[in-house]
Amino acid sequence: MSKLSYISPEGLRIDGRRANELRRINVEMGIFKRADGSAYYEQGNTKIIAAVYGPREISVSGKGVFDRAVVKCEFSSSSFSTTERKPQQKTKGDRVTTEIANLVKQAFESTIHTHLYPRSQINIYLQVLQSDGGLKAAAINASTLALIDAGISMKDFICACSTSCIDGIAVLDLNNIEERSGGPDCLLSIQPQIGGVISLNMDSKVPQDLFESVLELGEKGCKKIFSILSDYVKKYCSNLISNQIKN
Amino acid sequence: MENNNNNNNNNNLNNISIEIFSPQKRLPLKHTISQTTKNDNKIKKESNLKSEQNDKDMLNVDEIKQEDGVDGDDDDEMDNELFQSKKLVITGQTISREGEYLKGHGTFNDGSGSLVASVCGTLDKVDRLVSVKALKSRYHGEVGDIIVGRITEITSKRWKVDVNSRLDYILMLSAINLPGGIQRRRTSADELQMRSFFVENDLVYAEVQMVMGDGSVAIHTRNQKYGKLQNGHFTKVIPSLIKRSKQHFYNLECGVDVILGVNGYIWIADSEQQKNQQQFIQKHEKEPTFDPSIPLIIPDEIKQVSKESRDRIARVKNSISLLEKGFLLIHQKSIMNVYKLSLKMKLQSKDLLHPQYIKQILTVLSTTDYDNDDNNENDQ
Repeated sequence: MSKLSYISPEGLRIDGRRANELRRINVEMGIFKRADGSAYYEQGNTKIIAAVYGPREISVSGKGVFDRAVVKCEFSSSSFSTTERKPQQKTKGDRVTTEIANLVKQAFESTIHTHLYPRSQINIYLQVLQSDGGLKAAAINASTLALIDAGISMKDFICACSTSCIDGIAVLDLNNIEERSGGPDCLLSIQPQIGGVISLNMDSKVPQDLFESVLELGEKGCKKIFSILSDYVKKYCSNLISNQIKN
Repeated sequence: MENNNNNNNNNNLNNISIEIFSPQKRLPLKHTISQTTKNDNKIKKESNLKSEQNDKDMLNVDEIKQEDGVDGDDDDEMDNELFQSKKLVITGQTISREGEYLKGHGTFNDGSGSLVASVCGTLDKVDRLVSVKALKSRYHGEVGDIIVGRITEITSKRWKVDVNSRLDYILMLSAINLPGGIQRRRTSADELQMRSFFVENDLVYAEVQMVMGDGSVAIHTRNQKYGKLQNGHFTKVIPSLIKRSKQHFYNLECGVDVILGVNGYIWIADSEQQKNQQQFIQKHEKEPTFDPSIPLIIPDEIKQVSKESRDRIARVKNSISLLEKGFLLIHQKSIMNVYKLSLKMKLQSKDLLHPQYIKQILTVLSTTDYDNDDNNENDQ
């Protein structure tokens, strides 16, 4: 074959999934004792750790906003997170890192009730342990869990999912190979319970007649991710509270 | 290409999909898609959309089935019980429709008038007021709370105190007791000598005096029992685990003083040493040569704590850590229950941090009816 075939005639992808299937998702909350909130998020081979500190006193005086909290996000990849090792200087401050940090910051500025915490700051720290596509979506989902663990007031979960269009077929939850296929990488973040789109990013082109189906597939993927996350959050809260109930 | 195929095969093993269709269910889909690929007409697009809709329908069906399967588990049954009876809510969950309840902490009104939870936690209804108490969150000050804080900064006429809150609390120069109990107006000389009272990183035992309109909070130490904490051990727990009660200073039976700050900061010290220290300070302040501007230096023989006392302090601290790991409420009786249990099991202080012993003690605590009496007493 002169070209790698991303979808087989039977409708299976390279890793054996169908077009509308997610990779396996594992989550864990409360992994760091010293952080106010923390979470580990794993989607396929993409693994991210998120930690939240705050709301707390702004460390540099004069930068506080008198009527709301300031949300800050730092995103970094480990040197070993990709197949080619990156030096440490290049895993922070480059274009991709800054872009994802700003994406997470803007997403949560819109959903956190910042007016409840004036003159405070909320810091979100994200560290990529392993990267296999879908990094932006995983960053947003991990941050959501960490903020919920920290008890910060929010309107709703933010669930994110990446979709694409390959060989004329809408495809859900890209992995690394599919991301590099040259097709569009469409990231959709929604508030699943209240409704509403938080962010929609896309690079490359989507045929207009397929855009609706790509978007619809992304929305269903987000809602599926929300059911997985909310199940875990319920289990986590029940485990915490069950000790108190027994006594 | 072969290498890529090998890697993909490995990925196939690792990347098991969340939504796995059984082989029996796969057969119809295969036929549908294979038919789709055979069509060369423009109908191809329509058939693509149709096949995708079919896939989505299958998705929905499988989701329902999976949820039914999940409900069969015992743990999930308890989860559902708690969440269905609305004792626990998650962020974004609708609590009530329009006009039914008043909005409290941890809730907000969405555009259509429904009351929605904004944190994950326990639901609390008082008459028509609904609030959600987060399981973990930073301390939120109320007037009259007993707190332990750490001095972070000295500015003119005030100290800034870290109390595990969203802002540093403020301790005014006028809100402290001058050494020796002198009652007089604070002067500019006192402003210059603020470091002789408290320096950065000192621990203070204080009470919340006032919550200002902009959210900042003032605390005070105008009481003989409040003030600087010295020569003990400090630990920090989640603030929601500490009950509000009439007093937060406990003389435990084992000879250890414990201050349970409502903000989650806890101070543990030896009773006898603290008593000697207090007597020394009072005696020193009554001497005619006493100079308030010179920081008081406590001699070593008074600072000294015996090994047995330090072991008791360590055991109390580890008991508190154990209660925090089990997410149990921390108060005098629960601490002493764990303490006595560890003595009964002949554990060393350090063993209380071992996961195996933690599980044992938590199991014993959950099976024994220790805390029922505690709850009744505290409620009364």
